[in-house]
Amino acid sequence: MKTLDLRTAPLREINRILQNEHEGFYEIRNSSGQHALAVGLTAPLSVTIDGHAGYYAAGMNQNARIIINGNVGQGVAENMMSGSVHVKGCASSSAGATAQGGLLVIDGDAGARCGISLKGANIVVRGSVGHMSAFMAQSGNLVICGDAGDALGDSLYETRIFVKGKVRSLGADCEEKEMTPQDLEILSSLLNDAGIHDISASGFHVYGSARTLYHFHVDNASAY
Amino acid sequence: MTKNHHDVTKTFPRYSATFDEFTISQIQRAAATGIYDIRGGGTKRKLPHFDDLLFLGASMSRYPLEGYRERCGTDVVLGTRFAKKPIYLKTPVTIAGMSFGALSAQAKEALGRGATAAGTSTTTGDGGMTPEERRHSATLVYQYLPSRYGMNPDDLRKADAIEIVIGQGAKPGGGGMLLGQKISERVAKMRDLPVGIDQRSACRHPDWTGPDDLEIKIEELREITNHEKPIYIKVGASRPYYDISLAVKAGADVVVLDGMQGGTAATQEVFIEHVGIPILAAIRPAVQALQDLGMHRKVQLVVSGGIRTGADVAKALALGADAVAIGTAALIALGDQSPDLASEYANLGAKPGTYDDWQDGHDPAGITTQDPELAQRLDPILGGRRLANYLSVLTMEAQTLARACGKSHVHNLEPEDLVALTLEAAAMTQLPLAGTNWYPGKPGY
Amino acid sequence: MCGIVGLFLKNRALQPELGRLTSLMLETMTERGPDSAGFAVYDGAAAGHRKMTVRGISSSNAGDLESGFLQITGNNGNVHQRCDHLVLTYAEEHETPLRAYMNEFGRGVHIASCGDSIELYKGVGLPEHVATRFELKTMRGTHAIGHTRMATESAVTIAGAHPFSTGPDQCLVHNGSLSNHNSLRRMLVREGLAFDTENDSEVAAGYLSWRLSRGDKLDQALESSIDVLDGFYTFVVGTRDGFAVLRDPVACKPAVIAETDDYVAFASEYRALAELPAIQNAKVLEPEPQKVYHWEHAA
Repeated sequence: MKTLDLRTAPLREINRILQNEHEGFYEIRNSSGQHALAVGLTAPLSVTIDGHAGYYAAGMNQNARIIINGNVGQGVAENMMSGSVHVKGCASSSAGATAQGGLLVIDGDAGARCGISLKGANIVVRGSVGHMSAFMAQSGNLVICGDAGDALGDSLYETRIFVKGKVRSLGADCEEKEMTPQDLEILSSLLNDAGIHDISASGFHVYGSARTLYHFHVDNASAY
Repeated sequence: MTKNHHDVTKTFPRYSATFDEFTISQIQRAAATGIYDIRGGGTKRKLPHFDDLLFLGASMSRYPLEGYRERCGTDVVLGTRFAKKPIYLKTPVTIAGMSFGALSAQAKEALGRGATAAGTSTTTGDGGMTPEERRHSATLVYQYLPSRYGMNPDDLRKADAIEIVIGQGAKPGGGGMLLGQKISERVAKMRDLPVGIDQRSACRHPDWTGPDDLEIKIEELREITNHEKPIYIKVGASRPYYDISLAVKAGADVVVLDGMQGGTAATQEVFIEHVGIPILAAIRPAVQALQDLGMHRKVQLVVSGGIRTGADVAKALALGADAVAIGTAALIALGDQSPDLASEYANLGAKPGTYDDWQDGHDPAGITTQDPELAQRLDPILGGRRLANYLSVLTMEAQTLARACGKSHVHNLEPEDLVALTLEAAAMTQLPLAGTNWYPGKPGY
Repeated sequence: MCGIVGLFLKNRALQPELGRLTSLMLETMTERGPDSAGFAVYDGAAAGHRKMTVRGISSSNAGDLESGFLQITGNNGNVHQRCDHLVLTYAEEHETPLRAYMNEFGRGVHIASCGDSIELYKGVGLPEHVATRFELKTMRGTHAIGHTRMATESAVTIAGAHPFSTGPDQCLVHNGSLSNHNSLRRMLVREGLAFDTENDSEVAAGYLSWRLSRGDKLDQALESSIDVLDGFYTFVVGTRDGFAVLRDPVACKPAVIAETDDYVAFASEYRALAELPAIQNAKVLEPEPQKVYHWEHAA
């Protein structure tokens, strides 16, 4: 385990080290809400951020396994391509925005726009998510063990959304679907991947696109 | 009374200026379909433009340079503020962002070939970077857009510069569209969308809003690309003074200002014709903003929207821009709107020069289409050659004008080399009305 | 476009630390707003006494202003100068003539704030420099609100700096951009309010003052603003005993609240909170959109 301390080394140096290593275990100390921590990693490193992080923590991750022992600011793991990011605290808005692959796990709550424009990654939130989550989400899965805020899945494409708790309201073109055995299998395996064993896959509802906005149509004009 | 004989007891039938033929057809179209009109291209109305400015060539009080012999530089460096690796171009004319998706792969390749031959850059668009595009463009600017379609950190690192798109001149404040006909299998795969659906792009970035948060986004992009690549920020011209100021404050290396004449692949007609301001009106306040911050020429200004000739290029530079970008003109150079295609345009209800149904993907020139048979019609080598020719002409024309004003580099053109031909242009640019030393708002006339 | 900080102390023992902690937070938000900075400090109320902060003081007008003040108050007031601001303390009955005097004084002098407890300072320049000029670190009090500004559509001037105070002991700071402030300003002007700037945030402050003057409680005034103020905003609002936070329905502009038994702290970004005492044990949350968060000292 190598320790990198933001009190003694600047962000640029710490990110440069992480971006150039090929393997190993790293711990980042004194994160103090700093932005752009552990961004643009490409190798299968294990990185632990020991504290709260700012915006875009673990942004655009490829292959690395990143754990954040605290809360994170906007856009954690934005545009992640692969690997995993595990937030032990809560996440601010736009968690996992546009992420294309990999797994984002948030133990606490996520703010507004969680999984906005999701492009294939999986997100598992143990707590609740804020409004406009999965807005324009294109593919991948969003699992919410708690509640969802207003306008869940607005303008949804092909992302699956699983919610165990209450949904305050559904966005335009998002509807509840029948849970198929395949859906259930995906959900169980995501809970398992996220290390969540005390919440069972039963009792979740699944939501998807009603696909009424897929082609411009006069009767849907007000929804555009 | 014969048909040809005018009945003097009656007036001629007359169209209303308010409800003219085109307006009537708009109302009829709206009533028939119930949805707004979507088309490609830029604004079609007449606007104050560079044509309303004239150069004051040298004569007695100034000395011209000899054409063809005396040096007149055209090179430009973009991104000198923070980036470790600025962009060096041989000509101040660049190719604006246009996506694979909006354009065929052949058209993108032709743009890359032409620009590379001319020593300038091309720009990706909504939908990401194709390997062909990277291969054929020696200098490639990667657009970072609200939709983040095809956004990939590997491509980010492969790019020569990153352009964060806040808006474009055709539709400041609006998101993009690509209709189902153009979401082919390859386009769908790149954008992670179902094939054939009508794509709706976001108008705001998903993970930041406003300049204070943009500053943090820029830090992330720089951290991911080792602080090497110039960060451009592109805005549609609407409140240029503030937008340019804020782009600079947020940390831009280069600002790109797109006037309302700038084209688009597909947007509501009402947006194209009624939102934003002409590039002529936008440059002066943008330059003012840079000067007020002490950043003119330090943060480079690229302007676009209706650049057609070397005169437009020279005038934009004289007003204070560092470079220009062309889009529509580049497509015409490739072969769009060609008279050779008149009969095919007629089949689509258009004529060469009026065709704007780019959203439908039936472009007979093989440019704004994803139909493999149509796309095949554009020879990328020939198209690239035509674009290189055109870029050469633009550069030589701008040089000619600069020499006539006694400049050994096109960047030494200045507002004092210009006058305005109309009151509107004088008011917008604060250049004196030709033959006077006065512009509207200036006291003492 | 800005950084906001706020600190509301529950534990009286922290009161001597208020200025030092606020200045730490303010300086961390420099990148969000390097153009100007300002802060309001609430330092309790002395019975029967009022306080006025006046800005625009220079060597050429300070003498005249002070003698005018002492004449109105019958030599019964107190003057304390901090850089180009004066804090005047005086008996309540002198409020009206003093206000008129200041408003007519001219020569760059403006009332920055007025009330029982509030003192309000702002200046152009980096937040660190502004805080140092006014010796923020040495100030004590019950709560404070600060702001670092990146000017958007109005000039980099002191007048455009936040906080805005448009009513007694009231102040507001704003991060975001309102979209209907011109029409709202016209409406409020018809209602008798006066505005010093073209700034959208001043309109928000004026709107809240207008509601408060019509009998709303702070939380009610903020509730009503949700339907009236359009655009993007995170507001932090201070009153004599109160402290409130509100985000617009879209909630794009950042906000973090940290609460312990000793204090409530607010910042645009967590890093501004990172140095606060016992922050590791704080309950950290992001305010929900359209929800008024509101704390009050027992009067």
